Amino acid sequence: MSARRHRSYVAHLGHRLSGLALALFLPMHFLALGLALEGAERFDAFLAFSGLPLVKAAEWGLVVLLALHLFFGLRLLLLEMLPWRDPADDRSALIGWGAAAALAVGGVFLWGVI
Amino acid sequence: MSEARLFVLQRLSALVMAPMVLLHLGVILYATRAGLSAEAILARTGSTPLWPVFYTLFVLAVAVHVPIGLRNVLREWTSLGRAGVNAIAIGFGAISLLLGLRAVWAVSGWAS
Amino acid sequence: MADSNETLTVRLWRGDATEGDYHTFTVPRRENQTVLDVVTEIQRRHAPDLAYRFACRVGVCGSCAMMVNDTPRWTCRTHVSKVAGDGTLTVGPLRNMPVIRDLVADMTEFFDKWQKAGGRFQGSRTRAEPMAEVDTTSKARRHADASIECINCGVCYAACDVVGWDKDYLGPAALTRAWTLLNDTRHADQRGTLDRAMDQGGCGSCHTQGNCMRACPVGISPTGAIAGIKRMSLLDFLGMRGR
Repeated sequence: MSARRHRSYVAHLGHRLSGLALALFLPMHFLALGLALEGAERFDAFLAFSGLPLVKAAEWGLVVLLALHLFFGLRLLLLEMLPWRDPADDRSALIGWGAAAALAVGGVFLWGVI
Repeated sequence: MSEARLFVLQRLSALVMAPMVLLHLGVILYATRAGLSAEAILARTGSTPLWPVFYTLFVLAVAVHVPIGLRNVLREWTSLGRAGVNAIAIGFGAISLLLGLRAVWAVSGWAS
Repeated sequence: MADSNETLTVRLWRGDATEGDYHTFTVPRRENQTVLDVVTEIQRRHAPDLAYRFACRVGVCGSCAMMVNDTPRWTCRTHVSKVAGDGTLTVGPLRNMPVIRDLVADMTEFFDKWQKAGGRFQGSRTRAEPMAEVDTTSKARRHADASIECINCGVCYAACDVVGWDKDYLGPAALTRAWTLLNDTRHADQRGTLDRAMDQGGCGSCHTQGNCMRACPVGISPTGAIAGIKRMSLLDFLGMRGR
């Protein structure tokens, strides 16, 4: 439906899909950290796996999604917790900045691991 | 719990988590740059009790925030009934909470 | 400038509550032609049994809302030249509502949800008492003013995805009505309206997609109104709600 063709709708989808991905990742993340209970060797073996290029790429994705969920979420908190300055302005201008900031975080991550 | 209460809890947990996520992102960027090893991670997280305390609070907020969001998505995007959706959300929250606290315990260094 | 040889290809939804599909009609293009003009011309010349709804034809009554090229619009205020640049037009009944016949959607649920959202005014004075004075410069009055021109056309309801996803969701119009009441100092049942607007299917289900505020033909921002109720609910929880 063409009523969806605007930034705020895209932000809604981005926020929701990133949230879903992060939710699914969460138990695995906790299980991986829990490996430390089984000794440093088990934990190191897992960390070696996490260093594989494909796994690293997935980690990059998760870092970007976490940052995206944060920045899009901050816009929603702003809209829901503070009075609107203009009823016609749902701060969609912040969406581009949020996406850019998330990609910047992803850039710093890449810069650190390559 | 009422819908109004769930709404408030999700937004307040989001408010609490916003600075936590920023800090966590900082830790991720710092830690991956230094190279991930069990020794480095455990040395950092066990260096001061502040880290386990911080991550315990983080896990608690996550265990509130995520199930409520998941519940919305499941209700709107699946044909599951209300009872089923609530059960999945509560189950997911409980599992996240237990695994999360276990993970904090594991890296706190307090177990050894 | 449209000349009389030019034609418009119109795909028009025909059917009832159980089945239907798009039928194609060809009508001449005319100057200053609205989508409602096109629908009327099709009924007069091609399909006399076509069902559609309209009354004022000048954007006052809100009864001619339909899906035009997949966007909910008032057909009387939509010029063909604005929406049919390529000479084709798709017209259907409003989304998110059951179809009665052809272009006529059943708005019963839409109106029922106004009541569910706590949209019924409840006064506290009798006719023996003096009229309530409302401070026209107050913040509450300005909030109410921003939303009070809603004429229940259903365009926002049809634009909203959450309405389609969750049958319990009360929708933008009903919650906007609740917002005007929450800003009406004469309304006695503030607590009841806030509770209903935040109950199952209420403001917590709005995900700030903003389809409604972009679709509203009179420029109301249901997204902003709902955000206002959410804020009120948060302040209420924290014991900080004013008034």
